[in-house]
Amino acid sequence: MAQVSKTTNRNGEPIEMLLNMGPQHPSTHGVFRMVLWVDGEKIVDVEPHIGYLHRGSEKLCEGEQYNQVITLFDRMDYIANFNNEQIYCRAVEKLMGLEVSERSEYIRVILCELNRIASHMLFIATMGLDAGAMTPSMFCFRGRERIQGLFEAVSGARMMHNYFRFGGLKEDVPDDFVPQVRELLELVKADTDESDKLLSFNEIFLARLKGIAVMTAEDAIDYGLTGPCLRASGVDYDVRKAAPYSVYDRLDFDVPIGLDGDCWDRYYLRVQEIYQSIRIVEQALDQLPEGSVESSLGRRLLRPPAGEVYVRAENPRGEIGVYLISDGSDKPYRVKVRPPSFCNLSALKHMLKDCWIADCVVILGALDIVLGEVDR
Amino acid sequence: MFNSLKGLVVTLVSTMHGLRAPVTRQYPSTGNLLKRHDEPTPVKDRFMGFPALTWDETVGEPYCTSCMVCIRGCPTQCMSAVMKDNPLFIEEKSTRRKIVDTFEINLNRCILCGICVEVCNFDAIVMTHEHEMSTYNRNGDRVDLSALLEIGQKHQKATDWIPPTKRVKAVTGGDTGTGPAAAEAESK
Repeated sequence: MAQVSKTTNRNGEPIEMLLNMGPQHPSTHGVFRMVLWVDGEKIVDVEPHIGYLHRGSEKLCEGEQYNQVITLFDRMDYIANFNNEQIYCRAVEKLMGLEVSERSEYIRVILCELNRIASHMLFIATMGLDAGAMTPSMFCFRGRERIQGLFEAVSGARMMHNYFRFGGLKEDVPDDFVPQVRELLELVKADTDESDKLLSFNEIFLARLKGIAVMTAEDAIDYGLTGPCLRASGVDYDVRKAAPYSVYDRLDFDVPIGLDGDCWDRYYLRVQEIYQSIRIVEQALDQLPEGSVESSLGRRLLRPPAGEVYVRAENPRGEIGVYLISDGSDKPYRVKVRPPSFCNLSALKHMLKDCWIADCVVILGALDIVLGEVDR
Repeated sequence: MFNSLKGLVVTLVSTMHGLRAPVTRQYPSTGNLLKRHDEPTPVKDRFMGFPALTWDETVGEPYCTSCMVCIRGCPTQCMSAVMKDNPLFIEEKSTRRKIVDTFEINLNRCILCGICVEVCNFDAIVMTHEHEMSTYNRNGDRVDLSALLEIGQKHQKATDWIPPTKRVKAVTGGDTGTGPAAAEAESK
Protein backbone atom coordinates (compact mmCIF):
# COMPACT_ATOMS: atom_id res chain seq x y z
CA MET A 1 0.00 0.00 0.00
CA ALA A 2 1.39 3.31 -1.03
CA GLN A 3 1.86 6.21 1.28
CA VAL A 4 -1.15 8.52 1.48
CA SER A 5 -0.19 11.98 0.32
CA LYS A 6 -1.74 15.06 -1.13
CA THR A 7 -1.78 13.60 -4.60
CA THR A 8 -2.31 9.86 -4.10
CA ASN A 9 -4.83 7.80 -2.20
CA ARG A 10 -4.26 4.63 -0.19
CA ASN A 11 -3.84 2.54 -3.32
CA GLY A 12 -1.39 4.90 -4.92
CA GLU A 13 -3.99 6.22 -7.33
CA PRO A 14 -4.16 9.96 -7.89
CA ILE A 15 -6.85 11.81 -5.97
CA GLU A 16 -9.21 13.69 -8.21
CA MET A 17 -11.49 14.81 -5.40
CA LEU A 18 -11.14 18.36 -4.21
CA LEU A 19 -14.08 19.44 -2.06
CA ASN A 20 -14.78 23.11 -1.74
CA MET A 21 -16.50 24.11 1.49
CA GLY A 22 -17.60 27.68 1.78
CA PRO A 23 -17.27 30.62 1.61
CA GLN A 24 -21.05 30.70 1.92
CA HIS A 25 -21.40 27.42 3.81
CA PRO A 26 -23.75 27.96 6.77
CA SER A 27 -21.52 26.05 9.18
CA THR A 28 -18.63 28.48 8.82
CA HIS A 29 -20.47 31.20 10.79
CA GLY A 30 -19.25 33.82 8.40
CA VAL A 31 -17.39 33.71 5.16
CA PHE A 32 -14.64 31.13 5.42
CA ARG A 33 -13.56 28.78 2.69
CA MET A 34 -11.93 25.40 3.12
CA VAL A 35 -10.51 23.42 0.22
CA LEU A 36 -10.59 19.81 1.36
CA TRP A 37 -8.48 17.09 -0.23
CA VAL A 38 -10.50 13.98 0.32
CA ASP A 39 -9.81 10.29 -0.05
CA GLY A 40 -13.29 8.86 -0.16
CA GLU A 41 -14.90 10.21 2.99
CA LYS A 42 -11.60 10.86 4.75
CA ILE A 43 -9.99 14.26 4.80
CA VAL A 44 -6.36 14.08 3.74
CA ASP A 45 -5.51 17.74 3.83
CA VAL A 46 -7.19 21.10 4.10
CA GLU A 47 -6.32 24.50 2.78
CA PRO A 48 -8.15 27.30 4.55
CA HIS A 49 -8.83 30.54 2.71
CA ILE A 50 -9.46 33.56 4.86
CA GLY A 51 -9.83 37.23 4.07
CA TYR A 52 -13.39 37.45 2.79
CA LEU A 53 -14.26 39.79 5.65
CA HIS A 54 -11.02 41.75 5.60
CA ARG A 55 -11.66 45.41 6.35
CA GLY A 56 -8.14 46.48 7.19
CA SER A 57 -9.01 47.38 10.76
CA GLU A 58 -5.41 47.60 11.91
CA LYS A 59 -4.53 49.98 9.09
CA LEU A 60 -7.70 51.99 9.64
CA CYS A 61 -6.67 52.45 13.28
CA GLU A 62 -3.65 54.44 12.11
CA GLY A 63 -5.93 57.01 10.49
CA GLU A 64 -8.32 57.50 13.39
CA GLN A 65 -7.96 59.43 16.62
CA TYR A 66 -7.56 57.40 19.79
CA ASN A 67 -11.19 57.68 20.87
CA GLN A 68 -12.45 56.83 17.39
CA VAL A 69 -10.50 53.56 17.36
CA ILE A 70 -12.89 52.17 20.00
CA THR A 71 -15.57 51.95 17.32
CA LEU A 72 -13.25 49.85 15.17
CA PHE A 73 -12.48 47.47 18.03
CA ASP A 74 -16.23 47.00 18.51
CA ARG A 75 -16.36 45.58 15.02
CA MET A 76 -13.48 43.12 15.29
CA ASP A 77 -14.99 40.39 17.42
CA TYR A 78 -18.56 41.42 16.90
CA ILE A 79 -19.93 38.86 19.34
CA ALA A 80 -17.87 40.06 22.30
CA ASN A 81 -17.85 43.82 21.79
CA PHE A 82 -17.37 44.85 25.41
CA ASN A 83 -14.34 42.59 25.85
CA ASN A 84 -12.72 44.12 22.79
CA GLU A 85 -13.41 47.66 23.96
CA GLN A 86 -11.94 46.83 27.33
CA ILE A 87 -8.65 45.51 25.97
CA TYR A 88 -8.11 48.58 23.79
CA CYS A 89 -9.01 50.99 26.60
CA ARG A 90 -6.60 49.13 28.89
CA ALA A 91 -3.85 49.48 26.29
CA VAL A 92 -4.26 53.26 26.11
CA GLU A 93 -4.60 53.53 29.89
CA LYS A 94 -1.38 51.61 30.38
CA LEU A 95 0.35 53.81 27.81
CA MET A 96 -0.75 56.97 29.59
CA GLY A 97 -0.53 55.63 33.14
CA LEU A 98 -4.19 56.45 33.73
CA GLU A 99 -6.05 55.49 36.87
CA VAL A 100 -9.47 53.93 36.35
CA SER A 101 -12.05 54.46 39.07
CA GLU A 102 -13.15 51.41 41.04
CA ARG A 103 -16.74 51.72 39.95
CA SER A 104 -15.90 51.78 36.26
CA GLU A 105 -13.66 48.74 36.67
CA TYR A 106 -16.46 46.78 38.29
CA ILE A 107 -19.01 47.85 35.71
CA ARG A 108 -16.57 46.88 32.97
CA VAL A 109 -16.09 43.44 34.49
CA ILE A 110 -19.85 42.94 34.86
CA LEU A 111 -20.50 43.92 31.26
CA CYS A 112 -17.59 41.86 29.92
CA GLU A 113 -18.70 38.75 31.77
CA LEU A 114 -22.28 39.22 30.59
CA ASN A 115 -20.88 39.52 27.10
CA ARG A 116 -18.94 36.30 27.64
CA ILE A 117 -22.19 34.59 28.62
CA ALA A 118 -23.91 35.97 25.52
CA SER A 119 -21.03 34.81 23.33
CA HIS A 120 -21.00 31.30 24.82
CA MET A 121 -24.77 31.10 24.45
CA LEU A 122 -24.40 31.85 20.78
CA PHE A 123 -21.76 29.12 20.65
CA ILE A 124 -24.09 26.56 22.25
CA ALA A 125 -26.81 27.55 19.82
CA THR A 126 -24.63 27.17 16.73
CA MET A 127 -22.95 24.03 18.06
CA GLY A 128 -26.39 22.46 18.41
CA LEU A 129 -27.31 23.60 14.93
CA ASP A 130 -24.08 22.18 13.49
CA ALA A 131 -24.88 18.82 15.07
CA GLY A 132 -28.47 18.99 13.93
CA ALA A 133 -30.34 20.12 17.05
CA MET A 134 -32.69 23.01 16.40
CA THR A 135 -34.40 23.52 19.77
CA PRO A 136 -31.45 24.53 22.01
CA SER A 137 -30.58 27.30 19.61
CA MET A 138 -33.99 28.87 20.23
CA PHE A 139 -33.50 28.80 24.00
CA CYS A 140 -29.99 30.20 23.75
CA PHE A 141 -30.96 32.99 21.42
CA ARG A 142 -33.73 33.93 23.83
CA GLY A 143 -31.18 34.19 26.65
CA ARG A 144 -28.79 36.17 24.49
CA GLU A 145 -31.61 38.50 23.52
CA ARG A 146 -32.24 39.28 27.19
CA ILE A 147 -28.59 40.16 27.75
CA GLN A 148 -28.58 42.36 24.68
CA GLY A 149 -31.69 44.12 25.97
CA LEU A 150 -29.68 45.02 29.06
CA PHE A 151 -26.79 46.23 26.93
CA GLU A 152 -29.19 48.43 25.02
CA ALA A 153 -30.50 49.93 28.26
CA VAL A 154 -26.94 50.58 29.47
CA SER A 155 -25.05 51.70 26.39
CA GLY A 156 -27.74 52.55 23.85
CA ALA A 157 -26.77 49.88 21.35
CA ARG A 158 -27.29 46.15 21.21
CA MET A 159 -23.96 45.32 19.63
CA MET A 160 -21.66 48.20 18.71
CA HIS A 161 -21.71 49.90 22.09
CA ASN A 162 -18.83 52.43 22.11
CA TYR A 163 -19.38 52.67 25.86
CA PHE A 164 -15.95 52.36 27.49
CA ARG A 165 -13.70 55.39 27.66
CA PHE A 166 -10.06 55.80 28.61
CA GLY A 167 -10.12 55.96 32.39
CA GLY A 168 -13.83 55.49 32.79
CA LEU A 169 -17.13 55.02 31.03
CA LYS A 170 -19.25 57.15 28.73
CA GLU A 171 -21.92 57.62 31.41
CA ASP A 172 -23.02 55.87 34.56
CA VAL A 173 -25.29 52.85 34.34
CA PRO A 174 -29.06 53.37 34.74
CA ASP A 175 -30.43 53.59 38.30
CA ASP A 176 -32.07 50.17 38.22
CA PHE A 177 -28.97 48.46 36.84
CA VAL A 178 -28.19 46.20 39.83
CA PRO A 179 -31.69 44.74 40.32
CA GLN A 180 -32.01 44.44 36.56
CA VAL A 181 -28.80 42.39 36.29
CA ARG A 182 -29.77 40.18 39.23
CA GLU A 183 -33.10 39.44 37.61
CA LEU A 184 -31.33 38.80 34.32
CA LEU A 185 -28.88 36.36 35.92
CA GLU A 186 -31.72 34.21 37.25
CA LEU A 187 -33.26 34.04 33.79
CA VAL A 188 -29.93 33.35 32.13
CA LYS A 189 -29.21 30.56 34.58
CA ALA A 190 -32.59 28.99 33.84
CA ASP A 191 -32.01 29.31 30.10
CA THR A 192 -28.59 27.69 30.35
CA ASP A 193 -29.95 24.88 32.52
CA GLU A 194 -32.66 24.25 29.99
CA SER A 195 -30.42 24.06 26.94
CA ASP A 196 -27.77 22.16 28.91
CA LYS A 197 -30.31 19.53 29.93
CA LEU A 198 -31.58 19.29 26.41
CA LEU A 199 -28.29 19.11 24.55
CA SER A 200 -25.18 18.23 26.57
CA PHE A 201 -25.82 14.55 27.31
CA ASN A 202 -28.07 13.86 24.38
CA GLU A 203 -27.03 10.51 22.93
CA ILE A 204 -26.90 11.68 19.33
CA PHE A 205 -25.02 14.82 20.29
CA LEU A 206 -22.48 12.76 22.26
CA ALA A 207 -22.04 10.40 19.35
CA ARG A 208 -21.36 13.31 17.02
CA LEU A 209 -18.86 15.06 19.31
CA LYS A 210 -17.18 12.58 21.63
CA GLY A 211 -13.69 11.61 20.57
CA ILE A 212 -13.68 13.89 17.53
CA ALA A 213 -10.58 15.97 16.77
CA VAL A 214 -8.70 15.13 19.93
CA MET A 215 -5.97 17.63 20.79
CA THR A 216 -3.42 16.57 23.36
CA ALA A 217 -2.13 19.20 25.76
CA GLU A 218 1.24 19.30 23.98
CA ASP A 219 -0.37 19.75 20.58
CA ALA A 220 -2.67 22.46 21.89
CA ILE A 221 0.27 24.41 23.33
CA ASP A 222 2.34 23.89 20.20
CA TYR A 223 -0.39 25.25 17.98
CA GLY A 224 -0.87 28.26 20.23
CA LEU A 225 -4.44 27.51 21.15
CA THR A 226 -5.86 29.70 23.89
CA GLY A 227 -9.11 30.04 25.74
CA PRO A 228 -11.66 27.25 26.01
CA CYS A 229 -9.97 25.26 23.21
CA LEU A 230 -6.73 25.09 25.22
CA ARG A 231 -8.42 24.40 28.55
CA ALA A 232 -10.45 21.59 27.00
CA SER A 233 -7.13 19.82 26.41
CA GLY A 234 -6.40 19.94 30.11
CA VAL A 235 -4.10 22.95 30.32
CA ASP A 236 -4.94 25.22 33.23
CA TYR A 237 -4.34 28.58 31.61
CA ASP A 238 -6.64 31.56 31.91
CA VAL A 239 -5.31 35.11 31.65
CA ARG A 240 -7.78 36.19 34.32
CA LYS A 241 -5.94 33.85 36.72
CA ALA A 242 -2.44 33.78 35.22
CA ALA A 243 -2.03 37.55 34.97
CA PRO A 244 -5.03 39.11 36.72
CA TYR A 245 -6.11 42.42 35.26
CA SER A 246 -8.89 44.81 36.21
CA VAL A 247 -10.47 43.52 39.44
CA TYR A 248 -10.38 39.81 38.66
CA ASP A 249 -7.97 39.13 41.52
CA ARG A 250 -10.69 40.16 43.97
CA LEU A 251 -13.27 37.80 42.51
CA ASP A 252 -13.52 34.13 43.30
CA PHE A 253 -14.11 31.82 40.36
CA ASP A 254 -12.94 28.47 39.03
CA VAL A 255 -11.40 27.73 35.67
CA PRO A 256 -13.03 24.64 34.18
CA ILE A 257 -10.62 22.13 32.64
CA GLY A 258 -11.39 19.48 30.06
CA LEU A 259 -10.21 15.88 30.23
CA ASP A 260 -9.94 14.53 26.69
CA GLY A 261 -9.54 17.58 24.49
CA ASP A 262 -12.20 16.48 22.04
CA CYS A 263 -15.03 18.51 20.55
CA TRP A 264 -17.45 17.62 23.31
CA ASP A 265 -15.02 18.88 25.95
CA ARG A 266 -14.72 22.15 24.06
CA TYR A 267 -18.47 22.41 24.06
CA TYR A 268 -19.10 21.44 27.67
CA LEU A 269 -16.31 23.65 28.99
CA ARG A 270 -18.11 26.67 27.61
CA VAL A 271 -21.32 25.60 29.31
CA GLN A 272 -19.40 25.46 32.59
CA GLU A 273 -17.82 28.85 31.91
CA ILE A 274 -21.28 30.39 31.70
CA TYR A 275 -21.93 29.31 35.30
CA GLN A 276 -18.54 30.70 36.37
CA SER A 277 -19.30 33.99 34.66
CA ILE A 278 -22.60 34.16 36.50
CA ARG A 279 -20.65 33.69 39.74
CA ILE A 280 -18.28 36.50 38.80
CA VAL A 281 -21.11 38.89 37.97
CA GLU A 282 -22.91 38.10 41.24
CA GLN A 283 -19.79 38.85 43.27
CA ALA A 284 -19.03 42.00 41.28
CA LEU A 285 -22.58 43.23 41.91
CA ASP A 286 -22.13 42.67 45.65
CA GLN A 287 -18.83 44.55 45.65
CA LEU A 288 -19.93 47.31 43.26
CA PRO A 289 -18.78 50.56 44.90
CA GLU A 290 -20.35 53.99 44.60
CA GLY A 291 -18.42 56.75 42.94
CA SER A 292 -17.76 58.47 39.70
CA VAL A 293 -17.23 56.76 36.36
CA GLU A 294 -16.12 59.90 34.60
CA SER A 295 -12.75 59.91 32.90
CA SER A 296 -10.17 62.36 34.21
CA LEU A 297 -9.23 63.26 30.65
CA GLY A 298 -12.19 65.48 29.91
CA ARG A 299 -13.05 66.07 26.30
CA ARG A 300 -9.80 67.38 24.92
CA LEU A 301 -8.00 65.70 22.05
CA LEU A 302 -5.93 62.83 23.34
CA ARG A 303 -2.18 62.82 22.67
CA PRO A 304 -0.56 59.99 24.66
CA PRO A 305 3.20 60.13 25.18
CA ALA A 306 5.40 58.29 22.69
CA GLY A 307 5.95 54.67 23.65
CA GLU A 308 4.71 51.16 23.16
CA VAL A 309 2.64 48.78 25.27
CA TYR A 310 1.37 45.25 25.06
CA VAL A 311 -1.68 44.18 27.03
CA ARG A 312 -3.56 40.92 27.06
CA ALA A 313 -6.90 39.74 28.30
CA GLU A 314 -9.14 36.72 28.28
CA ASN A 315 -11.82 37.04 25.62
CA PRO A 316 -14.60 34.48 25.26
CA ARG A 317 -12.61 32.93 22.42
CA GLY A 318 -9.19 33.02 24.01
CA GLU A 319 -6.33 35.32 24.77
CA ILE A 320 -6.45 38.64 22.97
CA GLY A 321 -3.40 40.86 22.86
CA VAL A 322 -3.05 44.44 21.72
CA TYR A 323 0.32 45.93 20.83
CA LEU A 324 0.04 49.69 20.61
CA ILE A 325 2.75 52.08 19.48
CA SER A 326 2.34 55.80 19.95
CA ASP A 327 4.54 58.48 18.39
CA GLY A 328 3.04 61.25 20.51
CA SER A 329 0.50 62.40 17.93
CA ASP A 330 -3.27 62.24 18.16
CA LYS A 331 -3.42 59.00 16.19
CA PRO A 332 -1.85 55.64 17.04
CA TYR A 333 1.28 54.83 15.05
CA ARG A 334 0.50 51.12 14.95
CA VAL A 335 -2.12 48.87 16.49
CA LYS A 336 -1.40 45.17 16.27
CA VAL A 337 -3.99 42.73 17.50
CA ARG A 338 -3.35 39.14 18.44
CA PRO A 339 -6.80 37.78 17.75
CA PRO A 340 -7.68 34.52 19.52
CA SER A 341 -9.86 33.25 16.67
CA PHE A 342 -7.10 33.58 14.10
CA CYS A 343 -4.54 31.77 16.24
CA ASN A 344 -7.00 29.03 17.17
CA LEU A 345 -7.83 28.55 13.51
CA SER A 346 -4.22 27.55 12.80
CA ALA A 347 -4.89 24.23 14.53
CA LEU A 348 -7.65 23.40 12.07
CA LYS A 349 -5.33 21.54 9.71
CA HIS A 350 -4.11 19.30 12.51
CA MET A 351 -7.62 18.65 13.80
CA LEU A 352 -9.15 17.85 10.44
CA LYS A 353 -6.46 15.37 9.43
CA ASP A 354 -7.91 11.89 8.97
CA CYS A 355 -11.37 12.97 10.05
CA TRP A 356 -14.58 12.28 8.17
CA ILE A 357 -16.07 15.01 6.02
CA ALA A 358 -19.21 14.82 8.15
CA ASP A 359 -17.21 15.82 11.23
CA CYS A 360 -15.67 18.82 9.52
CA VAL A 361 -18.61 21.02 10.46
CA VAL A 362 -18.57 20.24 14.18
CA ILE A 363 -14.78 20.54 14.40
CA LEU A 364 -14.89 24.02 12.92
CA GLY A 365 -17.91 24.84 15.06
CA ALA A 366 -16.19 23.74 18.27
CA LEU A 367 -13.27 26.07 17.54
CA ASP A 368 -15.80 28.92 17.74
CA ILE A 369 -14.17 31.36 15.36
CA VAL A 370 -15.53 34.77 14.51
CA LEU A 371 -14.55 35.76 11.03
CA GLY A 372 -14.65 39.45 11.81
CA GLU A 373 -11.73 38.85 14.12
CA VAL A 374 -9.89 36.35 11.93
CA ASP A 375 -9.82 38.68 8.94
CA ARG A 376 -9.98 41.98 10.80
CA MET B 1 -32.90 1.94 23.75
CA PHE B 2 -33.42 3.29 27.24
CA ASN B 3 -31.33 6.34 26.42
CA SER B 4 -33.39 7.09 23.35
CA LEU B 5 -36.59 6.95 25.41
CA LYS B 6 -35.03 9.24 27.97
CA GLY B 7 -34.12 11.65 25.20
CA LEU B 8 -37.68 11.56 23.94
CA VAL B 9 -38.97 12.41 27.40
CA VAL B 10 -36.54 15.36 27.72
CA THR B 11 -37.64 16.68 24.36
CA LEU B 12 -41.29 16.21 25.25
CA VAL B 13 -40.88 18.12 28.51
CA SER B 14 -39.18 20.93 26.62
CA THR B 15 -42.00 20.95 24.11
CA MET B 16 -44.53 21.25 26.93
CA HIS B 17 -42.53 24.17 28.32
CA GLY B 18 -42.55 25.70 24.89
CA LEU B 19 -46.35 25.70 24.77
CA ARG B 20 -46.45 28.72 27.05
CA ALA B 21 -47.13 32.06 25.40
CA PRO B 22 -44.51 32.58 22.69
CA VAL B 23 -41.58 34.86 23.40
CA THR B 24 -41.11 35.90 19.80
CA ARG B 25 -42.67 39.04 18.44
CA GLN B 26 -44.25 39.79 15.14
CA TYR B 27 -42.29 42.68 13.72
CA PRO B 28 -43.11 45.57 13.94
CA SER B 29 -46.00 45.06 16.34
CA THR B 30 -45.46 44.10 19.97
CA GLY B 31 -47.12 41.57 22.19
CA ASN B 32 -47.38 37.88 21.49
CA LEU B 33 -49.38 35.89 19.01
CA LEU B 34 -52.53 36.01 21.12
CA LYS B 35 -52.47 39.64 22.12
CA ARG B 36 -51.17 42.02 19.52
CA HIS B 37 -50.44 45.73 19.85
CA ASP B 38 -49.83 47.76 16.77
CA GLU B 39 -47.28 50.31 17.94
CA PRO B 40 -43.68 49.58 16.96
CA THR B 41 -41.41 47.60 19.26
CA PRO B 42 -40.27 50.01 21.98
CA VAL B 43 -36.61 50.94 22.31
CA LYS B 44 -34.79 51.73 25.54
CA ASP B 45 -34.35 55.32 26.74
CA ARG B 46 -30.66 55.43 25.88
CA PHE B 47 -31.14 53.84 22.46
CA MET B 48 -28.87 55.42 19.87
CA GLY B 49 -30.65 55.70 16.56
CA PHE B 50 -29.76 58.07 13.75
CA PRO B 51 -28.41 61.49 14.74
CA ALA B 52 -30.48 64.64 14.19
CA LEU B 53 -30.25 68.35 14.99
CA THR B 54 -32.17 70.06 17.77
CA TRP B 55 -34.33 73.19 17.62
CA ASP B 56 -34.12 75.99 20.18
CA GLU B 57 -37.77 76.78 20.92
CA THR B 58 -37.08 79.94 22.93
CA VAL B 59 -35.28 81.71 20.10
CA GLY B 60 -36.69 79.87 17.13
CA GLU B 61 -33.48 78.69 15.52
CA PRO B 62 -31.30 75.56 15.53
CA TYR B 63 -28.85 75.08 18.37
CA CYS B 64 -26.16 74.26 15.84
CA THR B 65 -23.57 76.90 14.98
CA SER B 66 -21.65 74.78 12.48
CA CYS B 67 -18.55 74.78 14.65
CA MET B 68 -17.41 71.56 12.92
CA VAL B 69 -16.45 69.79 16.16
CA CYS B 70 -18.71 66.81 15.41
CA ILE B 71 -17.46 66.66 11.84
CA ARG B 72 -13.86 66.43 13.00
CA GLY B 73 -14.78 63.86 15.65
CA CYS B 74 -16.73 61.60 13.31
CA PRO B 75 -14.89 58.31 12.61
CA THR B 76 -16.56 57.86 9.22
CA GLN B 77 -16.72 61.46 7.92
CA CYS B 78 -20.44 61.14 7.33
CA MET B 79 -21.31 64.78 7.96
CA SER B 80 -20.74 68.16 6.35
CA ALA B 81 -21.83 71.64 7.35
CA VAL B 82 -21.64 75.26 6.23
CA MET B 83 -21.75 78.27 8.57
CA LYS B 84 -23.34 81.68 8.03
CA ASP B 85 -23.81 84.94 9.98
CA ASN B 86 -26.87 84.73 12.16
CA PRO B 87 -29.53 87.26 11.02
CA LEU B 88 -31.25 87.01 14.41
CA PHE B 89 -28.01 88.06 16.12
CA ILE B 90 -27.98 91.28 14.09
CA GLU B 91 -31.56 91.90 15.22
CA GLU B 92 -30.33 91.11 18.78
CA LYS B 93 -32.89 88.34 19.20
CA SER B 94 -30.26 85.63 19.57
CA THR B 95 -26.89 85.28 21.27
CA ARG B 96 -25.44 83.09 18.52
CA ARG B 97 -23.13 85.04 16.21
CA LYS B 98 -22.98 82.26 13.66
CA ILE B 99 -25.62 79.74 12.72
CA VAL B 100 -25.86 76.64 10.59
CA ASP B 101 -26.55 77.29 6.91
CA THR B 102 -26.52 73.81 5.47
CA PHE B 103 -25.94 70.50 7.21
CA GLU B 104 -25.95 67.07 5.69
CA ILE B 105 -25.58 63.63 7.25
CA ASN B 106 -25.14 60.57 5.11
CA LEU B 107 -26.95 58.04 7.25
CA ASN B 108 -25.59 55.19 5.15
CA ARG B 109 -22.12 56.00 6.40
CA CYS B 110 -23.13 56.73 10.00
CA ILE B 111 -22.15 53.95 12.43
CA LEU B 112 -24.28 55.26 15.31
CA CYS B 113 -21.33 55.60 17.68
CA GLY B 114 -22.60 58.75 19.39
CA ILE B 115 -19.23 60.54 19.34
CA CYS B 116 -20.79 63.62 17.67
CA VAL B 117 -23.25 64.01 20.55
CA GLU B 118 -20.48 63.61 23.08
CA VAL B 119 -18.20 66.29 21.62
CA CYS B 120 -20.91 68.87 20.85
CA ASN B 121 -20.58 72.01 22.97
CA PHE B 122 -23.92 73.53 21.97
CA ASP B 123 -26.38 70.64 22.65
CA ALA B 124 -27.06 70.81 18.94
CA ILE B 125 -27.09 67.14 17.97
CA VAL B 126 -28.92 64.17 19.49
CA MET B 127 -29.09 60.44 18.88
CA THR B 128 -32.78 59.99 18.14
CA HIS B 129 -34.76 56.79 18.47
CA GLU B 130 -35.22 56.73 14.69
CA HIS B 131 -33.97 53.48 13.18
CA GLU B 132 -36.27 52.50 10.34
CA MET B 133 -35.09 54.75 7.55
CA SER B 134 -34.41 52.46 4.61
CA THR B 135 -34.81 53.90 1.15
CA TYR B 136 -34.60 52.48 -2.34
CA ASN B 137 -31.86 54.84 -3.57
CA ARG B 138 -28.20 54.75 -2.80
CA ASN B 139 -28.25 58.44 -1.85
CA GLY B 140 -31.71 58.29 -0.32
CA ASP B 141 -30.31 58.48 3.21
CA ARG B 142 -28.45 61.75 2.72
CA VAL B 143 -30.58 63.97 4.90
CA ASP B 144 -30.36 67.75 4.78
CA LEU B 145 -30.84 70.42 7.43
CA SER B 146 -34.63 70.69 7.27
CA ALA B 147 -35.09 66.92 7.49
CA LEU B 148 -32.61 66.68 10.35
CA LEU B 149 -34.38 69.42 12.29
CA GLU B 150 -37.72 67.75 11.69
CA ILE B 151 -36.47 64.42 13.04
CA GLY B 152 -34.80 66.21 15.93
CA GLN B 153 -37.91 68.16 16.89
CA LYS B 154 -39.96 64.98 16.81
CA HIS B 155 -37.44 63.40 19.20
CA GLN B 156 -37.41 66.48 21.46
CA LYS B 157 -41.19 66.38 21.77
CA ALA B 158 -41.37 62.64 22.29
CA THR B 159 -38.76 62.48 25.05
CA ASP B 160 -39.13 65.92 26.75
CA TRP B 161 -35.56 66.61 25.83
CA ILE B 162 -33.47 68.84 28.11
CA PRO B 163 -30.13 70.13 26.78
CA PRO B 164 -27.32 68.05 28.32
CA THR B 165 -25.38 71.09 29.57
CA LYS B 166 -28.41 72.19 31.57
CA ARG B 167 -29.00 68.68 32.85
CA VAL B 168 -25.58 68.75 34.51
CA LYS B 169 -26.37 72.09 36.16
CA ALA B 170 -29.63 70.76 37.54
CA VAL B 171 -27.79 67.84 39.16
CA THR B 172 -25.11 70.00 40.76
CA GLY B 173 -27.79 72.38 42.07
CA GLY B 174 -26.43 75.39 40.18
CA ASP B 175 -28.44 78.15 38.58
CA THR B 176 -30.57 76.62 35.84
CA GLY B 177 -31.13 79.61 33.64
CA THR B 178 -33.54 79.30 30.77
CA GLY B 179 -33.58 80.58 27.26
CA PRO B 180 -31.34 83.42 26.09
CA ALA B 181 -29.74 83.98 29.51
CA ALA B 182 -28.37 80.46 29.62
CA ALA B 183 -27.37 80.60 25.99
CA GLU B 184 -25.46 83.79 26.78
CA ALA B 185 -23.71 82.07 29.65
CA GLU B 186 -22.74 79.24 27.30
CA SER B 187 -21.33 81.58 24.66
CA LYS B 188 -19.13 83.22 27.30
